[in-house]
Amino acid sequence: MAELSSPSPSADAATAACLFALDPVGCSVLLRARHGPARDAWFALLRRLWPKDRPLRRVPVGIPDSRLLGGLDLAATLAAGRAVAERGVLAECDGGAIILTMAERLDPGTAARIAHAIDEGEVLVARDGLTQRLPARFGVLALDEGLADDELVPRALADRLAIHLTLDDALLPTQMDEAGLDAARALLPRLTTDERAIAALVSAALALGIDTLRAPLHALTVARAAAALAGRGALAEDDIALAARLVLAPRATCLPAPPESAANEDAEHSPQTPPQEDPATETDARPLDNVVLEAAKAAIPPDLLADLQTGLGMRRHARSVGRLGAEQKGRRRGRPSGTRPGALRPGERLALVETIRVAAPWQRFRRAEHSVRTTTPRVIVRREDIRLMRFKAPTERTAIFVVDASGSTALARLAEAKGAVELLLSDCYVRRDTVALIAFRGSAAEVILPPTNALARARRALACLPGGGGTPLASALDLVGKLADQVARRGRTPIAVLLTDGRANVARDGTPGRPKAEEDALAAARQLRAQRLSAILIDTAPRPQPTAQRLATEMGARYLALPYADAERLSRAVRAGMEMQP
Amino acid sequence: MPDDAIPRRSGASVVTPRKATRRPPFPFTAIVGQEEMKRALLIAAVDPSVGGVLAFGDRGTGKSTTVRALAALLPQMSVVQGCPYNCAPDFTAGLCPACTQGDEAHVTSVPVPVIDLPLGATEDRVLGALDIERALAEGVKAFEPGLLARANRGFLYIDEVNLLEDHLVDVLLDVAASGENVVEREGISIRHPARFVLVGSGNPEEGELRPQLLDRFGLSVEVRTPEDVATRIEVVKRRDAFERDPAGFIASWAKDEAKLRRQIVSARNRLARTSVPDAALDRAARLCIALGTDGLRGELTLIRAARALAAFEGETSVTDQHLRVVAPSALRHRLRRNPLDETASTTRIERALAEVFGG
Repeated sequence: MAELSSPSPSADAATAACLFALDPVGCSVLLRARHGPARDAWFALLRRLWPKDRPLRRVPVGIPDSRLLGGLDLAATLAAGRAVAERGVLAECDGGAIILTMAERLDPGTAARIAHAIDEGEVLVARDGLTQRLPARFGVLALDEGLADDELVPRALADRLAIHLTLDDALLPTQMDEAGLDAARALLPRLTTDERAIAALVSAALALGIDTLRAPLHALTVARAAAALAGRGALAEDDIALAARLVLAPRATCLPAPPESAANEDAEHSPQTPPQEDPATETDARPLDNVVLEAAKAAIPPDLLADLQTGLGMRRHARSVGRLGAEQKGRRRGRPSGTRPGALRPGERLALVETIRVAAPWQRFRRAEHSVRTTTPRVIVRREDIRLMRFKAPTERTAIFVVDASGSTALARLAEAKGAVELLLSDCYVRRDTVALIAFRGSAAEVILPPTNALARARRALACLPGGGGTPLASALDLVGKLADQVARRGRTPIAVLLTDGRANVARDGTPGRPKAEEDALAAARQLRAQRLSAILIDTAPRPQPTAQRLATEMGARYLALPYADAERLSRAVRAGMEMQP
Repeated sequence: MPDDAIPRRSGASVVTPRKATRRPPFPFTAIVGQEEMKRALLIAAVDPSVGGVLAFGDRGTGKSTTVRALAALLPQMSVVQGCPYNCAPDFTAGLCPACTQGDEAHVTSVPVPVIDLPLGATEDRVLGALDIERALAEGVKAFEPGLLARANRGFLYIDEVNLLEDHLVDVLLDVAASGENVVEREGISIRHPARFVLVGSGNPEEGELRPQLLDRFGLSVEVRTPEDVATRIEVVKRRDAFERDPAGFIASWAKDEAKLRRQIVSARNRLARTSVPDAALDRAARLCIALGTDGLRGELTLIRAARALAAFEGETSVTDQHLRVVAPSALRHRLRRNPLDETASTTRIERALAEVFGG
């Protein structure tokens, strides 16, 4: 039997492999590990335990929908002359499990499809002239090899995987064998629900700042599997503690506050109490809640613990944002815009009707050629007939230039700013971006040029821009937000390029006065950030100003100081800023 | 496991008619909390003209569960037997052989369709397209209805709506607005009724929804994880009980389901007779002005939703209380974008409510 009571991480990892082999659907695993001996050992263990008659298949990261969900079996369709369906990997793995390699690179759409199948226990296919519903109850083993901060398994999927495991040291051997697993499998359905366990797991999840209610549910399932594995007919404290370690601890977003109500109990335990003190002595004296929470707390992975202690836990949440944009550039997304001839490769989508239409006129000739063989398919499609869907990805951008024409920018700097904008305009021309121009001076900001791709007009408008007066920065930023919203409504991606020294001296309502003006400007900047507008702020002050830098930070904008930037560097930086955008 | 509650209307080319092993849905009445979302769905069930429900929020809060639970809850509707467009017997579109039979058409009762629009669905499956098989085999240019036809008179549900491909979003907007699906492709020209309540759910982390799509949803609800331990324990307990014995669990909630179903039926009957006093219209208008919502759509939805709620609660006219309750759902997504975050829009509505209604 696996040693369940030991809190050693490597023993837990081995147990996780047993649990996954026992109940892949309930105990699916997110495995964070690099290639290496630890991962190999874990896999070897899993393969040894995995029942021979159940599928366990690797799914490549870029799998197209046709293979994942199923669709038209093209070869068979063409051979038979009628639509022949093909099951996807998810349906083929019904009763077994899939292994998602490089899960951190999985696109959110694919993750959502898998998540849907997990929830429903079936795959719903509505593709290529087929509609079908196939049973698909499968376990998931997701391999996360992501090391960089911005690489994360899509949360829609991670949330549905019970056990989150990080492997970094050698595995302890486990004595579990297939016979033991069979016994455990027979025992599993007989385990009853334990209300104490539910209460303990739910409160532990809450104390660790875990929002999703799937976590305690996963933990309950894992605890039940652990009890079956240990040959127990009911949940024991060890099982629940194990579930807390495997399921709850890795999801922690904050460290539990020491409970005041049970102060006398917990007074001697600092939040980092080593787990070794827990078992034996306190099993009777302490409520189950505390046992579970202590177990989870002790098992929080060291790097996560460090993050939590420095208050960075929330960062992990923010990270998953922002990858979506890049995906939209793919050839598989966007609006269909016609078809094109080409070879069918993974990731391409067949334009079936178009293909058949191309093939149709040739049928009589081909049939004549074909007749020497025994069977004649109804439609003879040749490679050259294949037509693929073409997509127009929404990469069109609108660059909103915001030029500070106030007196503080001084006329000399205004000329330089104009030069910089001209330079950027020519870049926009190359990229076929549209541009808009906002200028602000005196008491208000105005749109000098609404979004256009007539860049010559932009240049003219810029050339005759007068300078002088106050700096109504807040109004300018408000106007940027409004314009960016309009641009977004037209399906384009706005990006703001601000040229200013950041020294506001006219408030939103048009009244002069520096403190109020600056406060308004910062508030407006925060709104732009909330709007998730990508922006670049070019500081035009003769000497770089902390005010402009602060403004850029509040806005979530890239900051560039003009004095240090020659034309080339400026253009490169802006281009880099724009490339990051979808 | 009891067989699937929804009979699968066979599309012309259901290729592998496997055994329907579909998991029965979790009972609607057994869902703990999430009052705003449940209320929005019930309002849409009473009066589909409120125009769709959008549920955005945290993971693992049972958004999908709640929507899918509707299928089993709603009272059955009568349709012409065999009609792929779910035509009502007294008002057929006359598109399919079943409907054109006239008086001979058989009438049958079916559950209200709650159709899942799967991500990755291709356009031909959603809109319907040329039935290639028949075209090839018989040389007949036949139309094969898509998901929009199946969703007619029911609900169309899109999970992770923010991940839906743009071209499908455009199509859905168009159809949802006009109530009919026009297909002009592959030499086919057909228009068929497609009146459905669009229900979308998603997580804002995965990406923002395009503003055009946002506007089209009548009601928008924020879904949050319950924060008190007792509620959370109850959620987990019920879910666990359901997972272990779906049939038994559903049976134990059957009475509540039936009661709620009767309530929906009587609310629908009462809806036409539920009046909206001038005072309520005035308040609604003042609320919208105070919030500066764009266009009249917000006001209209607010009133319709309030009326549906009044009917649901068995009252004969709309009161301030009804307006107050539905205002956040009806208006939250229509505020001019000025948000520091999503909660701010709810707060703004609460402030405006206090201003208009006093206290």
